[in-house]
Amino acid sequence: MGAGHAHPLYRPGDSPVHRLPPEVKIVAAVVGVCCVVATPRAAFGVFAGYLLLLAGIWVVAGIPFGWILRRSLIETPFVVLAVLLPFAGDDPRIEWIGLSLSEPGLYGAWNILAKGTLGVLTSLTLAGTTPLRDLLLGLQRLHAPHLVITIATLMLRYIDVIAGEAHRMRLARISRGHDPRFLWQAGATARGVGTLFVRSYERGERVHLAMLSRGWTGRMPQLTEQRTTRRQWAVGLAPAALAAALALAGSILT
Amino acid sequence: MKAQADRGAPGTSGIAPSLEVTELAFAYPDGHQALYGVSLRVERGERVALLGPNGAGKTTLVLHLNGILTAGHGSVAVGGLPVARRHLQEIRRRVGIVFQDPDDQLFMPTVAEDVAFGPANFGYTGADLAARVETALATVGMAEHRDRSPLHLSGGQRRRVALATVLACDPEILVLDEPSANLDPVARRELADVLLDLDATMLMVTHDLPYALQLCPRSVVIDDGVVVADGPTRALLADAELLRRHRLELPYGFRLD
Repeated sequence: MGAGHAHPLYRPGDSPVHRLPPEVKIVAAVVGVCCVVATPRAAFGVFAGYLLLLAGIWVVAGIPFGWILRRSLIETPFVVLAVLLPFAGDDPRIEWIGLSLSEPGLYGAWNILAKGTLGVLTSLTLAGTTPLRDLLLGLQRLHAPHLVITIATLMLRYIDVIAGEAHRMRLARISRGHDPRFLWQAGATARGVGTLFVRSYERGERVHLAMLSRGWTGRMPQLTEQRTTRRQWAVGLAPAALAAALALAGSILT
Repeated sequence: MKAQADRGAPGTSGIAPSLEVTELAFAYPDGHQALYGVSLRVERGERVALLGPNGAGKTTLVLHLNGILTAGHGSVAVGGLPVARRHLQEIRRRVGIVFQDPDDQLFMPTVAEDVAFGPANFGYTGADLAARVETALATVGMAEHRDRSPLHLSGGQRRRVALATVLACDPEILVLDEPSANLDPVARRELADVLLDLDATMLMVTHDLPYALQLCPRSVVIDDGVVVADGPTRALLADAELLRRHRLELPYGFRLD
């Protein structure tokens, strides 16, 4: 499924991790992230344990470390704040190669950096092994609100249609001498965005009519017959259980 | 309406007609009156072209057939079942509308899922559902593209998948809105081949008069919200005066008289 919708975060494969039902992976990822967040920041060993756990999953899933690392760069803008904390934090302060750093600030920065990174890595692992289409199926099986599922499904299909429309409108503008590099021409671009909105809205109405015509009653039908077995849940949640054990150990030991 | 009598026999056989529209009138909420008492009977197995200029009320009529618009006056029945709120779902299964822009119709991530959408809504599951999807896709010759995204198909392929999404519901009557619009000549001909092979009752809304001639033995012309002509397609298209009066025109170089 989802063959037509390759997304940049998905890495096709046929590993045991890829084959797990999507709802199991979603639950495991959420549990994992919650464990990370609940871990006391000074439990350094526990954070290393989480990283090892993820690395183990990457090995099983056949995802190269470099592939994950490149995509985790998305986190960079969010950790800028963390870099400021050691300079701006409260006393006591420590001296380090001529810099006066705040100890609580350092802890705070580490806290953001470690938990943020582990969260991003977990999400990347989920996205890397699950096509978008299956993620939606997983959410549906976990009883996410129908409206959310429907909107997400439609978005998945129409984002490219709308992008194509925007592209054609841009070509038509450029063909008539529009040069979006100049600030005073931004108005035309803005109006283009407005037009695109109206067109997309009208398309939405037509899609809705077409869906009604095929008997749509407000919820997406589930089209696969595969049902998730207890064993799949057990296998999929094993890493999450490990993470929970780590979190527990972390809060007892520190 | 003379031709209606000529066709004679099928109506008397006791089988309910696939489509029976009686004195249908409709005004939009803004007061614009789109239909002024349209009557139309389509027997089972007939292929009928619905012709008329822009704004004649063709689309309004089509949206009445499956209860998306509700008649202001008059009635619509599909296979003997009146279009009414209480059996809207069955009506929508019986009336398969293929919309003009396949991008409006195909909204699921893959072709097979889209074809399954209709029958799944109508309660089919499991092997039944899978069989319907397979049959519909095979009928339009798109079986090997079942797992692709509609986005990556050509215009003609999309149109055929849109047709399959409706065929999978096993409709009583197939309603096609401008089936040949935006198709290149080869895709247009391929679609005609598929449609001619179908053993289905068909109502085809079109501006493409040669296409109507090729596919539909009978044509109905509507203009200004009323039926102005109903008869064999060849005879209607040979009537230059009729065509001129209702802003219809055969392509350059095309003559039937």
